[in-house]
Amino acid sequence: MTTTETKTPISPVSSTMLDAWTTESDVEREPSNLPDGWEMVIGLEVHAELATDTKMFSPAKNHFGGEPNTNVHPVCLGLPGTLPVVNEKAVELSIKLGLALNCTVQRCIFARKNYFYPDMPKDYQISQYDLPLNAEGWLEVPSGHRVRVERAHMEEDTGKSTHVGESGRIHDAGYSLVDYNRAGVPLLEIVSHPDIRGPEEAKAYVGELQAILIATDVSDGKFEEGSLRVDANVSVRAAGSDELRTRCEIKNVNSLRSLGRAIQYEAQRHVDLYNAGDKPVQETRHWDEEGGRTRPGRSKEQAEDYRYFADPDLVPVDPSPEWIEEIRATIPVLPRERRIALRDAGGEAEPAAIAVERGLDGLALAAIGAGAEPGRTLTHVVNNLAVDGAESLDPAHFAELVTMETGGDLTATQAKQILGEMVESGRSPSDLAAEHGFEAMDSSELETMLDQIIAEHPDEWARFCEGEKKLQGMFTGQIMKATKGQADGKAIAQLLGKKSSS
Amino acid sequence: MSDPESHRLTRDDVAHVASLALLELTEAELDEFAGQLSAVLEHAKDIDALDVGDVAPTHHPYPLHNVFRPDVVTSADVREQALAMAPEAEDGQFRVPPALGEEP
Repeated sequence: MTTTETKTPISPVSSTMLDAWTTESDVEREPSNLPDGWEMVIGLEVHAELATDTKMFSPAKNHFGGEPNTNVHPVCLGLPGTLPVVNEKAVELSIKLGLALNCTVQRCIFARKNYFYPDMPKDYQISQYDLPLNAEGWLEVPSGHRVRVERAHMEEDTGKSTHVGESGRIHDAGYSLVDYNRAGVPLLEIVSHPDIRGPEEAKAYVGELQAILIATDVSDGKFEEGSLRVDANVSVRAAGSDELRTRCEIKNVNSLRSLGRAIQYEAQRHVDLYNAGDKPVQETRHWDEEGGRTRPGRSKEQAEDYRYFADPDLVPVDPSPEWIEEIRATIPVLPRERRIALRDAGGEAEPAAIAVERGLDGLALAAIGAGAEPGRTLTHVVNNLAVDGAESLDPAHFAELVTMETGGDLTATQAKQILGEMVESGRSPSDLAAEHGFEAMDSSELETMLDQIIAEHPDEWARFCEGEKKLQGMFTGQIMKATKGQADGKAIAQLLGKKSSS
Repeated sequence: MSDPESHRLTRDDVAHVASLALLELTEAELDEFAGQLSAVLEHAKDIDALDVGDVAPTHHPYPLHNVFRPDVVTSADVREQALAMAPEAEDGQFRVPPALGEEP
């Protein structure tokens, strides 16, 4: 639902995290994946099921995977005479996510969205319309690009219907079976502005939102259990223009990979239509994973006309500033702040993002704090620590290892080997290095060896000194052989350079 | 749609709303309800005579907000009872006419 017309923040609570709108001149955006001159315009609607014990408006269990209709209550079944009562925890989690997305948390009301479908027994869904709980925030993806969030509002999930075809074919009459276990599960719908320009950026946005949902314990964020669902609004336009052309809403996207594919397909379809002198029509389309394409949904005679109105069964939610601050205090350090902390400690943006994604940023920060060189530390995190148990590595040991390596006491290969053994054994790098007999070659020791090799290969040495650079490999190999691979490649290169030019 | 100035509802407006609500109305009923519903809107229009610029919209007649329930499961499993009331049931589920195509 993106048809919000007005937002009247009543008693808005400004967020201390609401930074000024950043200029993005230094942010690297995804290059257009479309033919020259076109760019994508994408807005996303993400539905997240909240990690509560009970449903949004009834005391039935909120639990995935139960026997059909065992987690139902008269309210979930829309029985006459029942009344919804708001789950306080669901409001709390919704506010928490709103704050994490830098939204204004405001007084809000519930509205009825009216339509008929068997998985919704009341014949309306309780949602929010003109006055959502959370309005106008933003989310920053790892590249640094900020996507504005229009709103994050509360609503209830629907049940699940399964079609049973009489002949086993899907489009025959048959009948449907309905399970209301999911009906009434608390949902947050998070609606972005159309600030996304490509499939990778869309995936980064959803990935970041998922990381925030999980970090804040607002949702388990599981695509595979339907806790996280994404609809994408896609259109295209001339690159650099600010027009908004006809968009299509793509549903049935069940993974990040599908999201990227569906967006790419749909945007290219629009470009092809325009290039053929035609244009897309505004409609809902479904992603067909097997066919790798979007297909039009069944056309609706009535355009979306849900006759929203304020639900008379529910009174407004008006969170006090004190409550909001209490909730804010429970928000952990979020991925964006963790990336910034690593960059402030001297890390590069890309490895810092990977370290945070793997949950190894705490380890990296502690190691850097203990004196390890940031670049080398993050290189190990990215290349050598994508293994079980890496998170329990002792930061002091990790720092010691990096320092031994950058100080020339270990070669890169030796450091990698020892790091692997540290993760497995928990032992210190100095112990392990001593055990393997990894000791730094003294530079005079290296030089003595080289002198001997030069004496054995005087012709090659003369040619090398005259500029036959490919012989460097031969000399390096000889030294490695003499040291059983323990010499540092960089030190050899330096020595060869120094000696050949003297 | 009807002319917003007059608040008169046309028969087409009534027919549109009736179809959204899955109501079948006769020709005579369309005329009758167009008149009655217009009268209701005319009545509500009386408020236009007042300056309500400073009055917050009333979302509920009661001066209440934040009516909450703790997040505690108190609901028993009522499946058998609920299915017994349903016109048709099968495999612990409600059996309904085919729900094909997309959700609205």
